[in-house]
Amino acid sequence: MASPIYRIAIIGSGPGGLSAASRAAEKGVSHVLLEAEKHISNTIYRYQKGKHVMNEPRVLPLRSPILFDAGKREDVLSIWQQGLDQHKVNIQHGAEVVAIEGSIGAFEIKLSNDEIVRAETVILGIGVQGNPRMLGVPGEKGTEDKASIVQYTLDDPEEYEDEHIIVIGGGDAGIENALALCGHNTVYMVNRGMEFERAKEANNSAMLAKIKKGEIVCFYGANSVQIDALNDMDEQKAILVLETPDGEARVPCDRIIARLGAIPPRPFIESCGIVFPSKDREAIPELSDKYETNVPGIYIIGALGGYPLIKQCMNQGYEVVEYIDGVDLKPADEPLLQAKFDKIKNKPSVSQALKAIKKQVPLLSGLTTLQLREMMLDSEVCVPNEGEYIFRKNDYTDTFFCIISGKVNIEIDDDDPDKVIPLSQGQFFGEMSLLSGRRRSASIRAASGCILIETPRRLMNKLIGSVDSVKRTIDEAFIVRTLQTRFAPTTPVDDLTKVAKAAKMLAFKAGEELFHEGDTAKSFHVIRKGSVTISRQIGEHEVVMSYLPAGNYVGEMGIMGQSRRTATVKAATATETIELSADAFNYLIEQDAELKKKIEAEYKQRVSKNLNIQQEGGRGIISFLVSQGVGEATDVLLIDESLCVRCDNCEKACAETHDGTSRLDREAGPTYASIHVPTSCRHCEHPHCMKDCPPDAIKRAPDGEVFVGDNCIGCGNCQRNCPYGVIQMAVKPPKKPGLISWLLFGFGPGPGRASQISKAHDPDAIKKAVKCDMCKDLAGGAACVRACPTGAALRIKPDQLPGYAGK
Amino acid sequence: MHQSILSYRGSRYLWWSLLLCLIAIVAYIVDEPNMPPNGGTVLGYILGTLSALLIVWLMWFGIRKRCYKSKMGTVVGWLSAHVFLGLALVILATLHTGFQFGMNVHTLAYVLMIIVVVSGIYGVFCYLHYPRLMTDNRGEVSPDSLMRQIQEIDRQALVIASEISDETHERVLNSIRRSRVGGGVLKIIFGRHKKANLEGLVQKAKVQQKIMKAKNVDSTMAFMASRITHGREDTSELLRQLTDLLIGQKEKLLAQLRRDLQYKAYMDLWLYIHVPFSFALLAALIVHIFSVFFYW
Ligand SMILES: Cc1cc2nc3c(=O)[nH]c(=O)nc-3n(C[C@H](O)[C@H](O)[C@H](O)COP(=O)(O)OP(=O)(O)OC[C@H]3O[C@@H](n4cnc5c(N)ncnc54)[C@H](O)[C@@H]3O)c2cc1C
Ligand code: HEM
Ligand code: SF4
Ligand code: SF4
Ligand code: SF4
Repeated sequence: MASPIYRIAIIGSGPGGLSAASRAAEKGVSHVLLEAEKHISNTIYRYQKGKHVMNEPRVLPLRSPILFDAGKREDVLSIWQQGLDQHKVNIQHGAEVVAIEGSIGAFEIKLSNDEIVRAETVILGIGVQGNPRMLGVPGEKGTEDKASIVQYTLDDPEEYEDEHIIVIGGGDAGIENALALCGHNTVYMVNRGMEFERAKEANNSAMLAKIKKGEIVCFYGANSVQIDALNDMDEQKAILVLETPDGEARVPCDRIIARLGAIPPRPFIESCGIVFPSKDREAIPELSDKYETNVPGIYIIGALGGYPLIKQCMNQGYEVVEYIDGVDLKPADEPLLQAKFDKIKNKPSVSQALKAIKKQVPLLSGLTTLQLREMMLDSEVCVPNEGEYIFRKNDYTDTFFCIISGKVNIEIDDDDPDKVIPLSQGQFFGEMSLLSGRRRSASIRAASGCILIETPRRLMNKLIGSVDSVKRTIDEAFIVRTLQTRFAPTTPVDDLTKVAKAAKMLAFKAGEELFHEGDTAKSFHVIRKGSVTISRQIGEHEVVMSYLPAGNYVGEMGIMGQSRRTATVKAATATETIELSADAFNYLIEQDAELKKKIEAEYKQRVSKNLNIQQEGGRGIISFLVSQGVGEATDVLLIDESLCVRCDNCEKACAETHDGTSRLDREAGPTYASIHVPTSCRHCEHPHCMKDCPPDAIKRAPDGEVFVGDNCIGCGNCQRNCPYGVIQMAVKPPKKPGLISWLLFGFGPGPGRASQISKAHDPDAIKKAVKCDMCKDLAGGAACVRACPTGAALRIKPDQLPGYAGK
Repeated sequence: MHQSILSYRGSRYLWWSLLLCLIAIVAYIVDEPNMPPNGGTVLGYILGTLSALLIVWLMWFGIRKRCYKSKMGTVVGWLSAHVFLGLALVILATLHTGFQFGMNVHTLAYVLMIIVVVSGIYGVFCYLHYPRLMTDNRGEVSPDSLMRQIQEIDRQALVIASEISDETHERVLNSIRRSRVGGGVLKIIFGRHKKANLEGLVQKAKVQQKIMKAKNVDSTMAFMASRITHGREDTSELLRQLTDLLIGQKEKLLAQLRRDLQYKAYMDLWLYIHVPFSFALLAALIVHIFSVFFYW
């Protein structure tokens, strides 16, 4: 059967795909929109019921035949459906694409039902969510008269009561579902492994606690075999048959929730011949400025192309159809970019400016125009006055700067601001804090005629992840500058570059050893990201002696005299180090007579601190605190339970000063030797919560506070990504009457009480992520600590950790 | 690094208070008024005014504690000062009286003050004593999950009981309804909690076990035998499980939970004396001042 050849096949009816298809329909271009599901826009369809969809970035104009405004999920979807109907878009549901073959002008798109669709060009708008992995056992699909009892999502755990529910999958999603369901249901967990090794620590321990207490029955090492339906007479609906190490198990149940993860779209995309620039998880296929991939005729738009917001996706859908149709039009974000470049005196046009940047900044010359545009959209052009500070030493900012023209000066001596190292046009700075997550290591001042691009951390990380040349250049500069500032300030940069070339970048997972006590010492490490613990075998126990954060070095004593390692060094969190050989080290020492003494002095100081810890019996504390993420924290709340009178004044204070929702949960969290780590933000050096935030709403303030900005779209990614479970999705409650009217007249809820309006159950309420902001907007500082009447609560920074343990 | 209310900033308010007391005592000894020392001398007025201001300031603590945005020091600092200056108040006020007591509103104010102070001292004791006991008692489980464990045991017990007999089910149900936790503060502290009323069950289980032992039959045999004789399943194993659940496990958890609530209550209860009496004191103080100026 000869099927028609469409001009454009659009795969995926997300906001990008729909917009493209309706533009094609509007223009009368022959097209087909292929959607795997029975409904449109699966990602948005799967949002929580009633979720408020936001239209960030608000300044960006919408360019699409389909309407989009902020509103309820249901309304947004129905408006889109109407738009599709109105434009008579040729949409095919249930059309899951499994392969794309052929080349431009004659693509053959294979569907999972073996049907083939032909098209001249293909637009991929399949997003990044992937498709849920299916259980794949007999009985899964149900029968004609009996609906399937298997589901792959859980919208509202409160919906089910007194059911027997089996959750399959021991990852975070499965555990969170099981935890949310237990208490009002009988819950079973089926885990393929023998432990929950893929889960976050908080989920893992919560799960183990439930299992220990018998509140959840867990089958370890179990595989599902089949589902047998039961009769209507029976108490439960079906039996899940499992294969376990102890033989077959038959579990009666009403519902099975399978959380087996998603099949990421990347393998499928690669199978179409599209190349990703690196193995990095954040890598994005390289696209031309017309959204075309390396395979001519295949275009990528939307989240898959690195633009995660709905409005951007829709604009790209429109634009890509215009490009395919041969229309040259400026992207919708052109005016936004122009406004940025208008700060420069001669007001260059966008294309002039982009060209100039590529030419003048070698670091960025490897970027495609599309990547550079994306970078510039979120970056700022700064034109500082001569002498103005761009940032100061010990600021906690983490943006990255490129010098488009002019010069800046790095102050290298705290006491003498005139001692500077100049950086000039084409160079960059700020990579130290970007990579280590620590404070700025030097102050930087603008010299004359200086024009800079300031890029936020997340975007820079994305570039480092997807453009190899950017990663290499920054890594090298990082090593040279580390050597320069830490060891050899007077050695010429060229000599250091040689040393740097011989250095190795190593990455360690949490718990992995850098080296072991007793090993022969051949090299030493500068910790560039993460942190390590130093431990020694004492009797039968491995005792943690100390903790070192990024910016320090370890292993130097081994190569300076003793030839064996005197301690074991382990990564406390995901850690990256620069490994330097003994030769390189000796070379550095030859350059500077004072250096050896300095290193020895630092070593002595560390040893005496260690002795302190050992004598004071604080050893267990360090390993406990490190296991609780204090190692990657910049500021953490600790409660001394021998002083805490459980008055919850800390929580009340937090709620009172933060829109009625306490950002800390005093009771939750583990305790060791009366030190309790409540569930509260650690203000991580490399905040996991920032990773997948579509509008990049989570920021770090100059003093280190990690906070959620107003442009949060409430997607909940940060909540899932935080390994310590400290982010909540909450509604802003109505205003409460003041303290005095409560005291005198009893108006409204008292201090620390929730507002009376029930928050969770107003379906129209806009939920956003809330977390501890370290009270950055309160003049007095952390309200929780200041409100504790007994001195039990305090906040510490990791460099105070050895002192804390040795108290 | 953590500092208690007593050791806050090297107990700086302790030293302030001692200094204040010292000055007051020396002034009292040195002072030679032309009437017997009392509130009416110049020194008496000074001490009285100081004490009254102190009381007002001590009461202000209740407000400061709830001003979460306040920039004025920390609440620990305030409480540390509250405790030490509150103790100093005893000396100041006593010197203010010139040791003249009687059956009048003035002495009433004094007595109320002493009650408040004594309750405060007891409160400090509680604050320093119970938190550690609470941590030790609780181990790693939170009261919430204790509660849920108990509910789960109840659920299991009911299932087993219903397999034994309707009567047993009824009995277990009643016992579950009776075993409450919590209630008012007083109930938590003083209430004697009845053990689940299951004596009958325990007896029954024991008797059955004895019979089994006496007969010295192996359990499968016994099971078969009892099936034949009673025409239904042997209940002794079920009874054993039931008593183990309700008397062994549940009582232990209940005791742990009650102790937790009890400790918390100890830390709250004294405030029910401290705060109302401090309001009474304030009232008496106003009457005292008023009557001194208008009727003396
Ligand atoms: C919980 C949550 C809340 C969010 N909230 C907001 C918000 O408020 N505002 C905002 O601007 N952004 C928000 N985002 C981001 C936004 O939803 C996504 O970035 C956007 O949907 C991406 O659009 P897309 O067109 O690239 O792909 P998607 O919307 O992901 O659509 C992809 C479509 O392709 C289909 N598909 C996938 N594979 C195949 C295949 N092989 N064959 C056929 N079809 C296929 C899928 O079924 C799906 O319908 C949120 C994201 C999440 C997860
Ligand atoms: C006459 C003198 C005193 C007055 C009027 C007074 C008054 C008060 C008031 C109003 C509160 C606030 C309670 C609340 O709102 O929660 C309070 C709390 C307290 N007082 Fe006093 N007090 C006095 C003396 C003392 C003394 C002498 C001590 C200790 C030795 C003391 C120890 C405390 C403690 C420990 C608290 C509890 C803090 C908390 O957890 O809220 N007080 N007092
Ligand atoms: S919210 Fe972010 S910064 Fe805070 S603990 Fe979680 S990951 Fe770390
Ligand atoms: S520092 Fe502020 S925001 Fe953070 S937990 Fe404490 S009171 Fe809440
Ligand atoms: S405010 Fe202090 S004493 Fe009260 S619950 Fe919090 S940590 Fe414990």
